[in-house]
Amino acid sequence: METMTPAVAVVGAGPAGLTAAAELARLVDGEVLVLERERVPGGIPRHSDHTGYGLRDLRRVMTGPGYARLLHRRAERAGARILTEATVTRVSDGRELEVTTPSGLVRVEPHALVLATGARERPRPARLITGDRGAGIYTTGHLQNLVHLHHGRPGKRAVIVGAELVSWSAVLTLREAGCRTVLMTTSQPVPESYAAFHLPGRALLRVPVATGTRLVSVEGDAGRVSAVVVEQVGTGRRRRVECDTVVLTGDWIPDHELARGTGLDLDPRSRGPVVDTALRTSRPGVFAAGNLIHPVDTADIAALDGRHVAAAVQRWLGDERMGEVAFDIEVDAPLRWVAPSVVRRGDPPPARGRLLLWTDTLVRSPVVRVHQAGRPLARRRLPWPASPGRVFRVPWSLLARARPDAGPVRLSLAR
Amino acid sequence: MRIHDVAVIGAGVVGCAVARELAAYELDVALVEARDDVGDATSKANTAILHTGFDAAPGTLESRLVPRGYALLSRYAGETGIAVEPTGAVLVAWDDDQLAALPGLRDKAVANGYHAAELVGPDFVYGTVPALGPGALGGMTVPGESIIDPWSTTLAFAYDALARGVGLRLGTRVEAVESGPEFTVLRTSRGDIAARWVVNAAGLGADVIDGHFGHRRFTVTARRGELIVFDTAARPLAPKIVLPVPTSRGKGVLISPTVFGNVMLGPTSEDLPDRTDTSTSEAGIASLLEKGRRIMPSLLEEEITTSYAGLRAATEHGDYVVDVDAGKRYACLGGIRSTGLTASMSIAEHLRDLLDTAGLPLKPRAGLPPPVRVPVLGEASARPYQNDELIRRDAEYGRIVCFCEKVTRGEVRDAFAAPIPPRDLNGLRRRTRATLGRCQGFFCGAEVGRLFDEATGTGD
Repeated sequence: METMTPAVAVVGAGPAGLTAAAELARLVDGEVLVLERERVPGGIPRHSDHTGYGLRDLRRVMTGPGYARLLHRRAERAGARILTEATVTRVSDGRELEVTTPSGLVRVEPHALVLATGARERPRPARLITGDRGAGIYTTGHLQNLVHLHHGRPGKRAVIVGAELVSWSAVLTLREAGCRTVLMTTSQPVPESYAAFHLPGRALLRVPVATGTRLVSVEGDAGRVSAVVVEQVGTGRRRRVECDTVVLTGDWIPDHELARGTGLDLDPRSRGPVVDTALRTSRPGVFAAGNLIHPVDTADIAALDGRHVAAAVQRWLGDERMGEVAFDIEVDAPLRWVAPSVVRRGDPPPARGRLLLWTDTLVRSPVVRVHQAGRPLARRRLPWPASPGRVFRVPWSLLARARPDAGPVRLSLAR
Repeated sequence: MRIHDVAVIGAGVVGCAVARELAAYELDVALVEARDDVGDATSKANTAILHTGFDAAPGTLESRLVPRGYALLSRYAGETGIAVEPTGAVLVAWDDDQLAALPGLRDKAVANGYHAAELVGPDFVYGTVPALGPGALGGMTVPGESIIDPWSTTLAFAYDALARGVGLRLGTRVEAVESGPEFTVLRTSRGDIAARWVVNAAGLGADVIDGHFGHRRFTVTARRGELIVFDTAARPLAPKIVLPVPTSRGKGVLISPTVFGNVMLGPTSEDLPDRTDTSTSEAGIASLLEKGRRIMPSLLEEEITTSYAGLRAATEHGDYVVDVDAGKRYACLGGIRSTGLTASMSIAEHLRDLLDTAGLPLKPRAGLPPPVRVPVLGEASARPYQNDELIRRDAEYGRIVCFCEKVTRGEVRDAFAAPIPPRDLNGLRRRTRATLGRCQGFFCGAEVGRLFDEATGTGD
């Protein structure tokens, strides 16, 4: 078996991994090796064929596939080595990797490891949608892969589960493939996606959005979806909607199997690895970045994680002395998780000076309260909503008064 | 018209085992299946357990055939590479009724010739399966209970049968039967098939076929069993099969590891009027989750990979109905329930002996081909993606296409080159595990679909 000993191994060539690799190739001596299981690098943007990519990291706006190509090119130009069709099948209890490639098994023994394996949407069984099995049920990832990379066709009438940003992305993909979206369902009382996108989206695309509903079951006919049953959550009233396509959007879960398999501490709420503000995991020399730790934020935020983690990896390779844990960060409902959630002495602020959080209910004009061991530290009204289906960002400055070794810092919302 | 010596109706696990067995003799055997694949009805959705037969009703045919089938199939799995893991099982008693029922179950096991079952206390139970929820009062171990790949079992029988000269007729539904003095004509959706002898292994349709031969011995009821399959991350929670203790108040659900590395929770049990209804139900899934939460709360924290419903061919009889009508040169295999996977080879053997007595001439065929080797699908063996030597010989085994289940392009290619290639994506799944994993196609669904279209010449 072949053995490789790069300075850094990055698992996953999506926006976070490619950006980390491009930075690291400039910053560190020795090889930066990116391991990507797909045939083409780029991650999710490869098949997300609409504009809006690159805003915060590249200060420009481009399509998903164009963005994926550019990040790939930049990483290669910077000198990173990108191995495609290279699937990491196991991480040892240190940071050694077992990799399957078309030329045989490879053992990779890096000095530092960055996990950037991204996230996926929960499929139908995990959402407990009962009824018939049948063709025509997709997640957005599956659908966009089918339409944009394989030029395949879904059906003619679709019901979309979810009404967040990714759900509207699915509407656009379906429209391009000649499939009309007849209904979007969301259990939220209001649609989750950005108002700026939602209102014109609703007007231009003429998609009815059923709020406060859930998809209960699927009916099939001759091996294909023929209808779904949608229930009004409050009243239990049900109706049948004829369709031949169902797209399950959002409800993200990190692709965390490598992180879990190797025994990293996981956040039980986000299910991603626990990281500190430098994006170190619970194991020295192992880092995590991108939607693996915050499922999910937009691609540019994942990319900026990549930039942030590169600096931390460089310090690690330069024999940094890592500070002790100063405090943990915790959240109260309706907040579900926060990333990063560990703060060490002497560490930099998190990427972009923001904590990333997830909320389960909409708070339009949220007041963020910060406490440490019962002591109020800060209280600030933020000018953006805390909205389910997308990351809620909280400025790091709200934690300025937190003291090391004074117990966990808790974030909560007041209406 | 060609007149076969034997026509076997139904290519489930039992029909395939019977065809394979009879083809070991100098007989011209046709295997007739209504669906487009072997093992595509009751055989594809069971609890995938290789049973010792410890809990069968003593004295029944089932109680004799299950232990014999266990021995035969264990050996055959070794020869062909069908994944089997001898995990053992523990029955767990959660209330006084169940605890009181355990000694009787052990006596029953002994009556069935199974002597390895032992009554154990709660400490032993929790030592064996630490993830069990609170409240277990005791249990009984059944060390011989094992888990098996049910899909490869049916396929191996079918491949062997084909290698021995059996003619497989898929998509061929028997609609009527015309008995004659020398041979019987099966009127099918794809023309007539004539055979001197007919074996009815039609599973859910066995009573209808039996009726065509003038018998009214039983009625098949489709008994739906819903199952939830949890992610492979849950596998350490279930090192053994956790069985319920059946009492007069009903039978609970089991939690079982699978050879693919998942954990299964189920089945429900509900009689359905529609023999084709394999939908899952809200009530069924909810009841499984409620029961599962009590048996193993931490399992419910894991991701659900899939859920499905299987149909068992239940009858009003408590036993298998295996009978040969020598006058009509007709054999019936009815009421073969979930134990039929374990008993498949012994049912075939038993039927062969009955047919021999009834006058079917059995002359062993010389130069039988060796048993087939099935693809390595179980987690207990090194799979192609882990095999450096194999990948260096053929790079396609190093190209993983389904990331969750680690299925390579080489294995997908092989499935289409096999004696019975898949005709739909479900067939491909059963042969390779592709898209069966936690992402359910988020990453690989489109690519696997493309490979299927390419291999079968379908799609756009």
